[in-house]
Amino acid sequence: MSATAAPQDPASIRTAARSKDISLWRRFLLRPEVGAVFGAIIVWGVFASLAWNRGFVSWRGAATYLEVAAQLGILAVAVALLMIAGEFDLSVGSMIGACSVIAALVPSEFGVSVWWGVLAALVFALVMGFLNGLVVIRTGLPSFIVTLASLFIIRGVTVGVTRLITGRTQVGGLQKLPGFDTAAAVFATDIPFMGAAFPISIVWWLVVAAVGTWVLMRTRFGNWIFAVGGNAVAARMVGVPVDRVKISLFMTTAVAAWLVAMIEITNSRSADVLRGEQREFYAIIAAVIGGVLLTGGYGTVIGAVLGALIYGMVRQGVVFAGIDADWVSAVLGAMLLIAVLVNRYVRQRALGVRG
Amino acid sequence: MNRFFRLFAVFALVALSGLSVFTGQAAAQDDEIRIVIVSHGQASDPFWSVVQNGASQAAEDMGVTVEYQAPGTFDMVAMAQLIDAAVASDPDGLVVSIPDAEALGPSIEAAVAAGIPVISMNSGSEVAADLGIMNHVGQTEYEAGLGGGQRMAEAGATKALCVNQEVGNSALDDRCRGFTDAITEAGGTVEVLAIELSDPTGAQQSIEAALTADPELNAVFTLGPTGAAPAMAALDSMGKTGEVSLATFDLSPEVLEAIRDGNMLFAIDQQQYLQGYLPIVMLALYEENLNTIANPVIMTGPGFVTQENAERVISLSEAGTR
Repeated sequence: MSATAAPQDPASIRTAARSKDISLWRRFLLRPEVGAVFGAIIVWGVFASLAWNRGFVSWRGAATYLEVAAQLGILAVAVALLMIAGEFDLSVGSMIGACSVIAALVPSEFGVSVWWGVLAALVFALVMGFLNGLVVIRTGLPSFIVTLASLFIIRGVTVGVTRLITGRTQVGGLQKLPGFDTAAAVFATDIPFMGAAFPISIVWWLVVAAVGTWVLMRTRFGNWIFAVGGNAVAARMVGVPVDRVKISLFMTTAVAAWLVAMIEITNSRSADVLRGEQREFYAIIAAVIGGVLLTGGYGTVIGAVLGALIYGMVRQGVVFAGIDADWVSAVLGAMLLIAVLVNRYVRQRALGVRG
Repeated sequence: MNRFFRLFAVFALVALSGLSVFTGQAAAQDDEIRIVIVSHGQASDPFWSVVQNGASQAAEDMGVTVEYQAPGTFDMVAMAQLIDAAVASDPDGLVVSIPDAEALGPSIEAAVAAGIPVISMNSGSEVAADLGIMNHVGQTEYEAGLGGGQRMAEAGATKALCVNQEVGNSALDDRCRGFTDAITEAGGTVEVLAIELSDPTGAQQSIEAALTADPELNAVFTLGPTGAAPAMAALDSMGKTGEVSLATFDLSPEVLEAIRDGNMLFAIDQQQYLQGYLPIVMLALYEENLNTIANPVIMTGPGFVTQENAERVISLSEAGTR
């Protein structure tokens, strides 16, 4: 791969820049998500060679890793937008648990349609996202700390309230509730294709990614996101409504968590207070693999999408490759480190930075 | 920096090819029977580590390949996805645990529909047949409680306390129900006492209060080591150790020591080693010889650890098989 990357020395870069083809190639190499493109190809290649005869290279195999990628990808897109604006949201994992329990408890306790539960969970997510943003803006505390607190608060209250109402930590039997069929049609249909069942969450993922990319690249709000993450003070001085941008992005991550929760409960037909545990880390990991900088101001939505794809391929790939669960975390961590380093390597080579 | 990256690239290539060799061994032997286990027990959980040891031993004994998969957290959505991946990898047999039949049902049914023989273990005895699973290997909680109650009644229990550390957990409620039925049948009575799992001191006080309030209580039955420890402490502080008989579900080092020293009658052991071992044997025999077993549920429990075998179980437990 390094052989096809940018030229070796500054002189040839100058020569190369004159040729239009190479300059297009260089422009591609300078995109934030380029490392993730190579990372995704490498990861696919590794698992394809390890498990080519075990179904990884099949439509059914693709359906399983795309489903995992989709559920993480929806979160990762929203988290990436927020990170580009220079903030973190660690509360998304427990938000998934809270939204799933709310959406399940409202219909099962009050005997109303599942859709009221879906709506109640959405309202909850919007309010909590707004509060996260408001506390960050008002107190000036790092969002890492604020949302770390809400991560624990939301999880604790979810467990407490659920145990108080039902005496258990799981809410099951959702398929027997009114309105479940239509909710499942929206969030959990399988689309048959080439003999495999592709879950509709993949479509949701692509829609979220398309909207996210359009907002970031083609709208004024997208420019504001970059400005806020690059330098919030300067952005404020040129008239960017920094507070509004940040609060709406916190609400976006909460809504993404809500969408994931709805997909999960309609697929599993049950809710559990522990749903979404550790998902906040995976979402950040996906965004970072995709080239989003932890410091803000730099990154793309496509990168986060590819990051989620890499995660999905690794997570499911280990099953196809027959790697024991004992090793999964280690393999996952190593793959992620490799992906991030490839990302940086390609970018530095493209920029002509010499070590 | 460049040198670092070159070094890194070499390292990455070595690591990746190492991985290929490591997993390639299994992949290379295509004619070998390959069985995938997807359980809800993390590899680092001491209980499940015994299950895993049972499965690896069976793999060695039967000459088959066994792969063990589990989600990193108690996440039924992730577990269903692992089952989907296992099914798509087209194994010769699949072993699953079913703690949540609603969430896992569709994925298991898909495995059955794909023609993969499936055996469930540990949890799911009541749903296994409906999902099209060949056999279930595990302990049925009600029968285990019943067996425990019968044993305690034989030892002279007439008025017993059933200590439940997780009210609302249906498996524990079933254990208590079975115990109550057995004691009642023998002409005794049972009171259920709820304690807080996370508060051993409070639990000890509740048990002391119950024993003080009714001096005729002559037996205490706990549903797990987290209830057994405060019960032992309560009997000890009231000076009633040996006078009030005590028994529990499941093993722990303190429980085993108490049994060895004669402070506890017995512990009910679900022998999870068998839950890892037997499904592999059954699937291998099915694959090689089309053998099936007619019992829908193969019960690995209740097994009883008493003073007679406590010493041996302690050493087996250190070896990771009990």
